Amino acid sequence: MVSAEEEVSAKALAARVRRPRNRIRDTGADLVFTIVNTTLLIVVFLLVLYPLVWVVSASFSDPIAVGSGRVVLLPVDFTVKAYKTIFQYSRVWSGYMNSIFYAVVGTLVNVGMTILAAYPLSRRDLYGKNFIMGLFVFSMMFSGGLIPFFLIVNKLGMYDTRWAIIIPQALSIWNMLIAITFFRTSFPPELLEAAQLDGCNDIQYLTKIVLPLSGPIIAVLALFYAVGHWNQYFTALIFLASKDLFPLQLVLRDILIANTIDLNLLEDAKTMAAKAGMRDLLKFALIVVSSVPVLLIYPFVQKYFVKGLMIGSVKG
Amino acid sequence: MQSSYMQGQANNQSADSARESVLRTHWRRFRRSWQLYLLLLLPLLWLFVFQYWPMYGAQIAFRNFLPGDKISGADWVGLANFQRFFQSAMFVRLMSNTLYLSIYSLVVGFPIPIIFALSLNQLRNGYFKQSVQLVSYAPYFISTVVLVGMLLQFLNLRTGPINLALMALGQEPVHFMGTASMFPSVYVWSGVWQFTGFNTVIYLAALSTIDPALHEAAVVDGANRLQRIWHIDLRGILPTAVTLLILNMGQIVNIGFEKIYLMQNPLNTSVSEVISTYVYKVGLIGGMTNYSYASAIGLFNSLIGLAMLVAANQLAKRLTGSSLW
Repeated sequence: MVSAEEEVSAKALAARVRRPRNRIRDTGADLVFTIVNTTLLIVVFLLVLYPLVWVVSASFSDPIAVGSGRVVLLPVDFTVKAYKTIFQYSRVWSGYMNSIFYAVVGTLVNVGMTILAAYPLSRRDLYGKNFIMGLFVFSMMFSGGLIPFFLIVNKLGMYDTRWAIIIPQALSIWNMLIAITFFRTSFPPELLEAAQLDGCNDIQYLTKIVLPLSGPIIAVLALFYAVGHWNQYFTALIFLASKDLFPLQLVLRDILIANTIDLNLLEDAKTMAAKAGMRDLLKFALIVVSSVPVLLIYPFVQKYFVKGLMIGSVKG
Repeated sequence: MQSSYMQGQANNQSADSARESVLRTHWRRFRRSWQLYLLLLLPLLWLFVFQYWPMYGAQIAFRNFLPGDKISGADWVGLANFQRFFQSAMFVRLMSNTLYLSIYSLVVGFPIPIIFALSLNQLRNGYFKQSVQLVSYAPYFISTVVLVGMLLQFLNLRTGPINLALMALGQEPVHFMGTASMFPSVYVWSGVWQFTGFNTVIYLAALSTIDPALHEAAVVDGANRLQRIWHIDLRGILPTAVTLLILNMGQIVNIGFEKIYLMQNPLNTSVSEVISTYVYKVGLIGGMTNYSYASAIGLFNSLIGLAMLVAANQLAKRLTGSSLW
C-alpha cells in the first residue's frame, strides 16, 4: 500500500507538472466553475466556523452583552469571570478527573484488547479463522438489545462502578477490523516464515517484531478510542448512579441541557437576573473548557485520523 | 506425531480410523495455532459475555421476566409482548418517527459529503484547501452533549444569533427547540454541520486513487471540469459510495439514541420519540420498568435492522455488482 503522504505528494507533483496547462485551459466555462466552486467553499467554511467562534466569544463576554444579543462575532466587554466561576464548582472538577481516568484506563484496555483480537485474526493460517471472524462480524450486525445487555452487566456486579464504563466497551469491532487490515497489509507472510525458521514462536513474533513496527496503528486506535471515551455519556447514563463517578459529559448534560446549576454558587451576582445571565455564561465557558482537550490535540493528530480512516476504507 | 499420522494413513480402509485421523488433523492444526488462541482468549471471552450472552438473554422478550428472575426461569408467554407492542398506539408513532428521521438524515446526509469532496478535490493543494479541511473536520470532535448544548444557545429564542438575525430582518423569531415541526430539521441539519467534513475523508481517499491519466486524456478530448467531475471523479468513487449507502441503509432503524434523547423535551416528543429512546424509557427509567416489553421492542428493532442490511446488500449486489459480502 502506498502511504498517504506519498500519495499526496505524488498528486502535488502531478498538479505542479500540470499547472501551466491548467492555467491556459481555465477559461470560459471552467473559469466560471472555479469561481463558483471557490465561493461556495468559502461560504461553507464560514458556516462551519461561525458557531464555534460565536460560542468562544460569548464565553469571554459580559453576561449582559450576551443576554441582550450584542455578541455577534467578537467578545463584548471582555471578561474571564465565567472561567473563574466554573472551576469553583466541584462537580466540574470531579467530572474532569473522572473523564481523564475513563479516557486513559479505557483506552489502554481498548488498545490491548484490539491488538489481542486483531493480530491472530490477521493471520491467514489461524485455524478456524473464518468462523471466529464470522462471530465477531455478526455481532456488529445483530445485537440482543439494550435491556439484556443492561441486565448482564448488572448481574456481573458492575452497576455503579467504574468497571461498567471500561469493561463492557473493552473492544470496538470496527476498530478491530481496521487493525486487522493494517496487520495484513504491513506484515507479509514471508517475514513470519523467516522468523519461524529462526525458532520464533507466535507470541515472540507479535511482541518482538509486529508491535515495535505498529506505532502508527496504535496511535490511530488510541486516538479513536480516547476521543470516544471523552465524548460519550450513554454508558455512564445507564450504569452510573453515584454523582462522584460521573464523567464530565454527564455533569455537562445536567448543566447545559437539564439546566440544573446551583444558583447560590454565583455569589458575585447580586440580583436574580444577573444570576440567570451568569448561568448562561457558564454554559458557554463549560462548552469551551470541555471541548478544549480534544480540539487542542486535533490539528496535530488530524493526519493520523485520516490515515486510520483510509486503512479502514481499503477493507470496505 | 509424524509416525502416528503415517499409521493413520496406512489403516484408512477402516472408516473409524479414517474419522479419527480427520479429527487428529484438525487437532494438530488447532495445536499449531495454540499461541494465537491464547491471545484470542480475552477478546473471545468478552465477545461471548457482552455480545452473545445478551443475545441469549433476549429470550426474556418471550417471557414474563421480573427483576430478580433467572433469564430462563420466567414464564414463557410466546409473542404476547410483541403483540402488545404492535397493537399499542405507540407502534405507528415510533416507527414513523424513526423512519422519518433516518430517511431524512440519509437523503440529506448521504449526498452532501460526496458533493463536498468533489468540490474540495477541485482545489489545488494549499493553505486554503488545508484550512477548509481542518475547520470542516473539527465539529466531529465535539461531543453530543456539547453539540446539543450549543444548539440550545445558538437557536435560543432571544439571544441566539439566528433569531437575532431574523429579528433584524423584521421577521418573527422562531422557537426552534420548542416547536415539534422544527425538530427533524434541527436534528438533521445539525448532523450535517457536525459530520459532513469527516464523512468526506473517505471520498477524498477514493478520489486520490483515480488515475490522473484519465483526466489528462479527457482534457485532450476537450472535456471541461464539470464533465470530468461527472464522468471520471463521480464514477471513480461510485463503489465507495455504494458500500457506504448499504451500510447506512442497514442502519436505518438503528437511529442513534444519544442526540435524540438529549434534544427531547415535552414540546417535541410527538415527533422525537423513536424506538431506542422508548426502549430506554420503558425498560430502564421510571417506576414501572418493564424488562420483557422493552426487550421485545428492542429485539424487534434488531431483527428489522438485520433484515434491512441483508436486503440492502442483495439489492446492491444485483444493481451494481459491489456488495459487503
